Amino acid sequence: MKTKKITYSLNYRKPKNSYLSSDELVVCIRFYYKCTKTNKARIIKKSTGVKCKLKDWDSNWHKSIARKPIKETDPNHKSKNKILAAKVKNFDIDEILKKIQIKSFSVNLKSGIPEGPIALKWTNHKNKINLVNPANKRLIDVIVVGTGLAGGSAAATLAELGYNVKVFCFQDSPRRAHSIAAQGGINAAKNYQGDGDSTYRLFYDTVKGGDYRSREANVYRLAEVSTNIIDQCVAQGVPFARDYGGLLDNRSFGGVLVSRTFYAKGQTGQQLLLGAYSAMNRQIGRGKIKMYNRHEMLDVVIVDGKARGIITRNLITGEIERHSAHAVVLGTGGYGNVFYLSTNAMGSNVTAAWKAHKRGAFFANPCYTQIHPTCIPVSGDHQSKLTLMSESLRNDGRIWVPKKLEDAKAIQNKTLKPTAIAEEDRDYFLERRYPAFGNLVPRDVASRAAKERCDAGFGVNATGEAVYLDFAAAIVRYGKEQVYIKGLDENDENLVQSLGKEVVKGKYGNLFQMYEKIVDENPYETPMMIYPAVHYTMGGIWVDYNLQTTVPGLYAIGEANFSDHGANRLGASALMQGLADGYFVLPYTIGDYLADDIRTGPIPTDTVEFEEAEANVRQQIKAFINNKGTKPVDYFHKKLGKIMWNKCGMARNEKDLKEAIEEISALRESFYKEVRVPGSSDEFNEELAKAGRVADFLELGELFAKDALAREESAGGHFREEHQTKEGEAKRRKEFQFVSAWEYKGAPKDAKLHKETLNYEDIEVKERSYK
Amino acid sequence: MNLTLKIWRQKNARKKGKIVKYTISGISPDMSFLEMLDVLNIQLIELGEEPVAFDHDCREGICGSCSLYINGEAHGPDRRVTTCQLHMRKFKDGDTIFIEPFRAKAFPVIKDLVVDRSAFDRIQHAGGFISINTSGNTQDGNAIPISKHAADEAMDAATCIGCGACVATCKNSSAMLFVGAKVSQYALLPQGQVEAPERVQNMVAQMDLEGFGNCTNTGACEVECPKGISLENIARMNRELIKSSLKG
Repeated sequence: MKTKKITYSLNYRKPKNSYLSSDELVVCIRFYYKCTKTNKARIIKKSTGVKCKLKDWDSNWHKSIARKPIKETDPNHKSKNKILAAKVKNFDIDEILKKIQIKSFSVNLKSGIPEGPIALKWTNHKNKINLVNPANKRLIDVIVVGTGLAGGSAAATLAELGYNVKVFCFQDSPRRAHSIAAQGGINAAKNYQGDGDSTYRLFYDTVKGGDYRSREANVYRLAEVSTNIIDQCVAQGVPFARDYGGLLDNRSFGGVLVSRTFYAKGQTGQQLLLGAYSAMNRQIGRGKIKMYNRHEMLDVVIVDGKARGIITRNLITGEIERHSAHAVVLGTGGYGNVFYLSTNAMGSNVTAAWKAHKRGAFFANPCYTQIHPTCIPVSGDHQSKLTLMSESLRNDGRIWVPKKLEDAKAIQNKTLKPTAIAEEDRDYFLERRYPAFGNLVPRDVASRAAKERCDAGFGVNATGEAVYLDFAAAIVRYGKEQVYIKGLDENDENLVQSLGKEVVKGKYGNLFQMYEKIVDENPYETPMMIYPAVHYTMGGIWVDYNLQTTVPGLYAIGEANFSDHGANRLGASALMQGLADGYFVLPYTIGDYLADDIRTGPIPTDTVEFEEAEANVRQQIKAFINNKGTKPVDYFHKKLGKIMWNKCGMARNEKDLKEAIEEISALRESFYKEVRVPGSSDEFNEELAKAGRVADFLELGELFAKDALAREESAGGHFREEHQTKEGEAKRRKEFQFVSAWEYKGAPKDAKLHKETLNYEDIEVKERSYK
Repeated sequence: MNLTLKIWRQKNARKKGKIVKYTISGISPDMSFLEMLDVLNIQLIELGEEPVAFDHDCREGICGSCSLYINGEAHGPDRRVTTCQLHMRKFKDGDTIFIEPFRAKAFPVIKDLVVDRSAFDRIQHAGGFISINTSGNTQDGNAIPISKHAADEAMDAATCIGCGACVATCKNSSAMLFVGAKVSQYALLPQGQVEAPERVQNMVAQMDLEGFGNCTNTGACEVECPKGISLENIARMNRELIKSSLKG
């Protein structure tokens, strides 16, 4: 494609000899290039608008010195040749090629959305795709990596269907996957409350909540199967909360107008995961699932263009193993730990997804990250992770910082107590900026507003990165209500206080206790301190409607893929998506692919492809162990986290992002030079496992920044300072209504952008406003 | 804070282990116990020594990975918390802290403070489930009303995080609280009652096979359980077991 050969020609529309010499034809510019994808010569033809009679055309123009294609016999030959020369000069071939390349790849990026009205797409699709008959399923092996809600539910269902399933997790048991930590609940359009909920409404809320950056057909399917999830989980024995009549209870979550969230105390994720785990256990007991605990996937093996296996490391013995299958499914979660500090588990990592990316799976929208507004702030450099406080607290808590800078400074120096600040000296900034939604604005908006105040110097802890979440007003309000109900003395302040605290305790007692354990302050007496923290990543591996990546036979489900949440996820939707993908989508769509594999037979692992992949893995491990560095892995991870948080965090701009790209790239270089990994490779060695994960974060981080730089708009969790309204709100741009899917091309800086245009046929794209 | 740590070090399952003494300074009372160990490990790595291996993941008390036996107590001196939720402010400057793995015949040591708890998984494989397939057309979630009381009780049993503190604490290394909690969750729900007899028999048989001891009603497990799983679950499991044997 490098050789630029621009020529002129006449635009013949029929065989040359059928023209008369007096016929007039349009001159066009021709450009020959070699397509990088097919390796075949291709032509670009562009009309110049200049016309020329056949008899005036010099077909040997390129041999003449003047290189003028129109002969002097044409009365206007001078001006015409001049125009042509100018056209060639201004012909920006790179620009055109870029467009063509994107276009040719968008053919590759077929989302495979089925035909028909949105409500029938999934049903139609299921009716049309290939199935594998039960006897043949026994001949097919599937690998599932990860045992969270998505991986666990997929593994169990695939095994129930009859496939031979091999499952891998790095934890010591599938039950420990980080889905277990989800608190709030799971959405489903059951409309048990009779409040007007429907599949369409759940679909609509999710697309709107995602700031119109998700794929309509996928989201509709998600809403459609959401009700099946609840039925399935109840049948499995998941103890959802019930009301006194014995029926399922619901609660409401941010960004919606109905009560559709099912929950099991504050441990919904735990109960759903244990449900999937129990379904897996049944299949492990039957021998249909072969479970590999404490195994980490370190590469995908591609044979003849298809994903046919993985390379793993046994985390106890250090053994490198080859595992083959007819298809590979990744349910390996999100990459929030690229920020070092996040609400993710310590082990959560991007390695499996990143290795898949390196083997050809496109990575979509890496910059879409959810930063949750109500987390316990960082207390010092020693901190290893952040703890979430449920979103529900914003129902009663009021968020504020001091109005006066000197008060803020005094609080930071611990010479002033928040309770000593008079009401008129407090800035309830969410209520001030968003009178309509107040403290209940969506997560992305609340997080940015808190950052804005802290950046201006009004933060309320020693680091200056915290705001107050105050329950004093709620305590008084509930207290007065109780006093009234009980017919007691309204003016008895102590009584009001104690009754009010009782009510608040009933609602949020466990959260208050958790806060007190961590911070060692009593939130009934003094306001809580909170600050936003990285919580979830909407971006992930690009998948089509079948949840297949750009590598045939490689699938990605749950948080690991990018599909359903657009640029911002609504509360209680992550659990829904994980289980929808695992129980109800993937087990059917994967059959469409596996139907061709019924005669393939077991995939051998003694082939060149497996050898090459294993050698790569061994090489990296050896390099780490033999490295003569001095600094522990965490040193680099923390540094990466700081760059990400400061320059790719809640607000981003061109300058910071460019710096981040440089800094991450430099950090990566010093990591490989200076990291020290103690111990050996053939034993339990957590530092070695961490080194591999951080190495991948150091690449992903750069792509993240590159994606954020390329997305010159603000949407959901991605806020570009250059693209905001006068009031400082996010400003979407129509021309960015696409999915950015990045192709791996060596170093992250060389990653190549492909676009999947997003079309909204059933929902009108509107501006979000919370004023 | 300055502390003396006496930590169990064991290269692998085959090698013999021993207590090794470390001193550590500059610990903030706001650190969690595991963050204190992170500091120690960073120091060890910088000195060119091997860091102390311990299991941990979510660090918010729900995954059940962390498992330390601190000064003779599973998950340390605080109540109703896991080790990752334990903070250094529960200790005093100058304290000596003993840190050991969860010890039980059925939990062999893998390395240092990391133990193999896969026996718990195998008990679950034997019967910790309700035998239904994923179909998308099971009956509606509200088809069988379940009393709030039963649902709440099942939930209380189901909050078990599978950490193994009950086993580590029990002088008999009994896993009755763990197994009882799972048996109870299903026995309390109509969905689970269909195959309750087989479940309890299979799970108890596997539990015995794994080498866990018996229950002598000391109640230590209930005290140390970070999720407050009640002893009642053991009683319920025993009732279920007797019931199932009568049915034959």
